[in-house]
Amino acid sequence: MRKNKRIFFLSADFGSPVLDKLRKDFKDRFINVGIAEQNLINIATGLALENYIVYAYAIAPFLTMRAYEQIRQNLAISSQIKPVNVNLIGVGAGLSYDVSGPSHHCLEDISIMRLLPNFVVFSPSDEKLVEKFVDYSIKKRVPKYLRFDGKPLPVIYGDIKNLNLENGFYELLKGKKVCLVSTGYMTHTAKIAAKKIRGAGVVDVFLLKPLNENLLFKTLKKYEYIITIEEAFLNNGGLDSLISKIFRDKEYTAKLKGLGIDDKYVFDLGSRDRLHKLNHLDEESIIKIIKKWVSQRDKSLFHPSFRSGK
Amino acid sequence: MPNINQLKEKASWVRKETLKIHGLAPATRLASSLSDVEIFTALYYGKILRFNPKNPNWEKRDRFIISKAHGAISLYPILADLGFFNKRELNRVCQPGSFLGGIPDTMIPGFETVNGALGHGLGVACGVALALKKKKSDSKVFVLSGDGELYEGAVWEAVMFASEHKLNNLILIIDNNKISMLDYCKNIIDLTPLQKKFQTFGWRTGTVDGHNLEKLYKSLKKIKEEKSNRPKALIANTIKGKGVPQLENDVLCHIRTLKKEEIAKLLKNYDES
Repeated sequence: MRKNKRIFFLSADFGSPVLDKLRKDFKDRFINVGIAEQNLINIATGLALENYIVYAYAIAPFLTMRAYEQIRQNLAISSQIKPVNVNLIGVGAGLSYDVSGPSHHCLEDISIMRLLPNFVVFSPSDEKLVEKFVDYSIKKRVPKYLRFDGKPLPVIYGDIKNLNLENGFYELLKGKKVCLVSTGYMTHTAKIAAKKIRGAGVVDVFLLKPLNENLLFKTLKKYEYIITIEEAFLNNGGLDSLISKIFRDKEYTAKLKGLGIDDKYVFDLGSRDRLHKLNHLDEESIIKIIKKWVSQRDKSLFHPSFRSGK
Repeated sequence: MPNINQLKEKASWVRKETLKIHGLAPATRLASSLSDVEIFTALYYGKILRFNPKNPNWEKRDRFIISKAHGAISLYPILADLGFFNKRELNRVCQPGSFLGGIPDTMIPGFETVNGALGHGLGVACGVALALKKKKSDSKVFVLSGDGELYEGAVWEAVMFASEHKLNNLILIIDNNKISMLDYCKNIIDLTPLQKKFQTFGWRTGTVDGHNLEKLYKSLKKIKEEKSNRPKALIANTIKGKGVPQLENDVLCHIRTLKKEEIAKLLKNYDES
């Protein structure tokens, strides 16, 4: 914001320690619109129509669902004719806000935001990806949804130099038979689980729309078993649907399985780890599910040290 | 001061053209598009708005956001007449290949935003007004909203925002025709006292007869030029379906479609009067 005077940062009365500095240093371009997500989108639209670059920041479920019609009409529909650069930053992906319950969980956003034509949907698994996205977000004059976790995540992409952001994915771990395809927070779990499955690969999908589908297909078709893992409702347009669609388009039959949240809200209390265990999204459950799925065919996949289920 | 008789003639022509469009495209919302004919006439032919038909995105233009987009069919003939697009387009409203739809959008030269879903225009206009202030532009942002549209909660988020941010370059015109889709507003949730509501929210306000072109012109001119640090709202009292007796007297006129014979008769009566 110091270098680029055309940036506005709007917040729906939501902050973070990092933003405190922005608030202080750029009083005229940091605007708290109040607890008013609909107006957040409308103000962002108006500024963007006048060629400003806007970041609009709010709690993810409220940003995407309270203001969905504003997002649809003023950003998705409108930008098909008049380009606007609005970056919606939703904080609290999936079950980030564990004990706050289902009102604060955000399990629908991947589906509903991917649904909107003309939108980019970004679901980073670490801050290095976010840093790479900053330039892209300034240059790419389209509406975007940035699905951020509620808590800082460990770095994954620290040493990776050859990343092409617009491909939308990265094969973090090259494997042979089983591939864990994940997004956001779940990529961290997938990485841990994959270490206990001999020859398992991990593909992190950080652009849920658009992405290089041909390249992702080429990457995935090397594998026999593909399991998608997301902190989102299943079978409704999320990561699982995205992968199924790619294979369907290529008329290629693959063994696919999707892990995520079934068709129920999560009222259980406890840490995110506990909620993951209850919903079979923790690494042990994931390994167990994969073991059950493929062990009939190939028992050699599992490391002897793995004790889950015993 | 423009010649008021000429403005009246223009308004009368716009009303006839709007009826013709409705005859060709019965899906258009006629009654809603008749209550704001004089408002559009004063803004465009009275040159309250600063615009350039040859360059609709001219940076120095005043922005005009029509939040009650369904009621803007009557703006089509004006934009065509002023040269935003060819008049022949008026014969193709709602036809395949035309950019003039039943609800206008930004495919049409001269339309700033996509509306249709109500209650968004004022908030978007606040963002535009804020941007213009940042650019130190002297252009103004006009918004046309229906009164029934004020039931949308997002409108009031914007009303609060505008006064907090002293958006004195923002002018809201309320087409106060007092009828929503199914009933009189007073029978749904009474919006009165509307002017007092806006005053309480920190806005400069005014009220005018929305069909009296002389008063309307003067009010719009005054409100545009008035020095104030507040956003401004002009409540234009109007009649839904103005100029069409069978609509004026029908509380359900919003969804009423006139038959071709009715339109022909109305046009004949206009020509004879």
